Amino acid sequence: MKITKEEILHVAALARLELEEAAIETFAGQIGDILAYVDTLNGVDTSGVAPTSHAISLTNAFRADVLTPHLENAAALANAPAKEDGSFLVPKVIT
Amino acid sequence: MELHELTIHQARERLKRREITAVALTEALLARIAEIDPRVRAFITVAADSALAEARTADQTLADGSPGPLTGIPLAVKDLICTRGLRTTCASRVLENFVPPYDAEVIRRLKAAGAILLGKLNMDEFAMGSSNENSGFFPTHNPWDLSRIPGGSSGGSAAAVAAGMCLGALGSDTGGSIRQPAAHCGVVGLKPTYGRVSRYGLVAFASSLDQIGPLAKDVSDAALLLNAIAGHDPQDSTAVPEAVPDYTTFLQKGLRGVTVGIPREYQAAAGLDPEVAAAVEKAVAVLRDLGAECVEVSLPHAAYAVAAYYVIAPSEASSNLARYDGVKYGFRDTSKTDLMEMYRSTRSRGFGREVQRRIIIGTYCLSAGYYDAYYGKASQVRTLIRKDFEAAFESCDVLISPVAPTPAFKIGEKVDDPLTMYLSDMFTLSANLAGIPGMSIPCGFSEAGLPIGLQLLGPHFNEGRLFRVAYNFEQATDHHRRRPPL
Repeated sequence: MKITKEEILHVAALARLELEEAAIETFAGQIGDILAYVDTLNGVDTSGVAPTSHAISLTNAFRADVLTPHLENAAALANAPAKEDGSFLVPKVIT
Repeated sequence: MELHELTIHQARERLKRREITAVALTEALLARIAEIDPRVRAFITVAADSALAEARTADQTLADGSPGPLTGIPLAVKDLICTRGLRTTCASRVLENFVPPYDAEVIRRLKAAGAILLGKLNMDEFAMGSSNENSGFFPTHNPWDLSRIPGGSSGGSAAAVAAGMCLGALGSDTGGSIRQPAAHCGVVGLKPTYGRVSRYGLVAFASSLDQIGPLAKDVSDAALLLNAIAGHDPQDSTAVPEAVPDYTTFLQKGLRGVTVGIPREYQAAAGLDPEVAAAVEKAVAVLRDLGAECVEVSLPHAAYAVAAYYVIAPSEASSNLARYDGVKYGFRDTSKTDLMEMYRSTRSRGFGREVQRRIIIGTYCLSAGYYDAYYGKASQVRTLIRKDFEAAFESCDVLISPVAPTPAFKIGEKVDDPLTMYLSDMFTLSANLAGIPGMSIPCGFSEAGLPIGLQLLGPHFNEGRLFRVAYNFEQATDHHRRRPPL
C-alpha cells in the first residue's frame, strides 16, 4: 500500500479532520491508488524546468492607496455561529 | 415556440420589440422550474419573489427605452457564486445557511446588464466532482436520461439550461467543470482564459485554476454572457487588465485561413468511446468543409495532466478550505467546548467524503518531506504542459478534441472509484493547468440519444477564435437545436 493508515491519521490530524475507522481503511486504499497514479510524474524529466504556480503571472497588481467602503461590523458578523460585543465568539483558547 | 424555449438573443429581440414582457418570461420559466425540476433537481434555491421584482424593474427599463445588454433575461448561477441576501451553499452542509453579505463581481455585472436571477444551481460540493453525485444535498439528473449524471461540477447549470429552466447560466471550471457537464447535457459551455473574469465572490476551490464562465443554449448566447462578465476587477488581483472585445463580432461566417490542430495524443487516448471518437471525427470533416485547414499536432505531456492536476488542485483546496473552521461563518458543532475539538468535529461533520478525500491528498502532498516530490514536481510538469500548448499554437489557431471520453454515465456507476472518475477529466484538465480558454459545443448524439461534446481550445485571451469556429460549426449543424424529451 502506498499510504498507511497511520499516515492517513497523521495527515487527517494536520487537516483538522477526524475519521471513522471504516473511512480510514477506505481512504488508505483510494488515496494509495491515486498517489500511485501520481507517481507516473516521476517518468517526466523536469531537470532545469521552472515550476508554474499561476498560468498567467501578474506582478504587483497595484491600486491607489485610498480608503474604500468595507463591510460593516454587523454585516461581517451576520453569519457568525456565535458572537458577542461585535466580535466572533469561540471556545476558550487559553486555559 | 414556448417562452422557456427561447435563446437569450431571441428573447432580447422580443423584449426590445415589446412582444413579450420580462414578467411573462420570468413567470414562464418559474412555471417550467415548478414542472420539471422535481425530476431534474438542478436548483438548490429558487428566488421567485426577487426574480419577479427584478422582472418588473426590467419591464420599466424596457418601457423607458434604455435597456442594458441583458435587460429582462432570466438567468441562474451555480451555487458557489456569492449573491447578496440569497443563500449560497456550495452544495455543502458547511455553508448550508450561509447568506453572503456581498455580491460576486460577476453578479454585480449581470445585474448592471439588466439580467434577472432565477436562483442558485446544484453542483458537486465545493466543485469537487464530475457527476454532481457529490452534492451535499441531492444529485442532479441528466435531462436527456434521468438515470444518468448531468456531469459536474456545474451539473445543475448545464441541466437547467438544457431543460429550459433558465435562458443561460454561470458555472465555474477548475478542471472541466463547465465544459464536461455542457457536453453531457448538449449545451455550450465556455471556460475563459484564467484572469479574463473576476473571481471576486467565487467560493475558492483551487485558486490558480478556478474560472467562472457561461453555459448557454447556443454560441451567440455564450458570447453575450461573456461580454457581460469579462473584464478587469481591482478586487481580484489575478483579474487581467486586458481590453475586452465585443465577442459577438467574432460570430461571422467563414473559416478560410483558420487552422485547426488535432492533438495526436488525444486521438489515441485510452478509454475513448468509439461513438465519441466518431462524432469528433465527423466534426473535423465539417470544419474542413467550411474551409478550415486541419493539421495534426502533438502535446507530448498530455498523458501527465491528470496526475499533475490531482496534486495541484487538492493542494490548493486543502489550503483554501482551511477557512471552514466554524468561527466566522458556516456550520459549527456547538456541542464542543474545546477549540481543537470544535474545529475537528465541525470540519468532519460539515464536509462530505470527496471533499475530505481531497483535503487529505492535498495536505499529504504539501506536508513536510513530500512537498518537493509532489507539489514541486507537479508544478514543473505544469510548465511543460503549458509549453506544449504554446508550441502547438505556433502551427494552428485552435485545437479540437473530445470533452469527455464517454457520454454521460449512470448515476452510481463510478461513485466508489475516485481514480476512474478523475481519469474522465483527461481532455479538460490541461486547459486549466495552462490557463487557456476552452469551449464545449454539441457535436452529435450517441445511439442511445445522449449528447456528445466537442472541445475547442485557444491561446490565452483568444476566446474570439473559439467563438468564430464554434459559430461556424453550429451554423452548419443542428445538434444545438435538439432538446431533451422531458
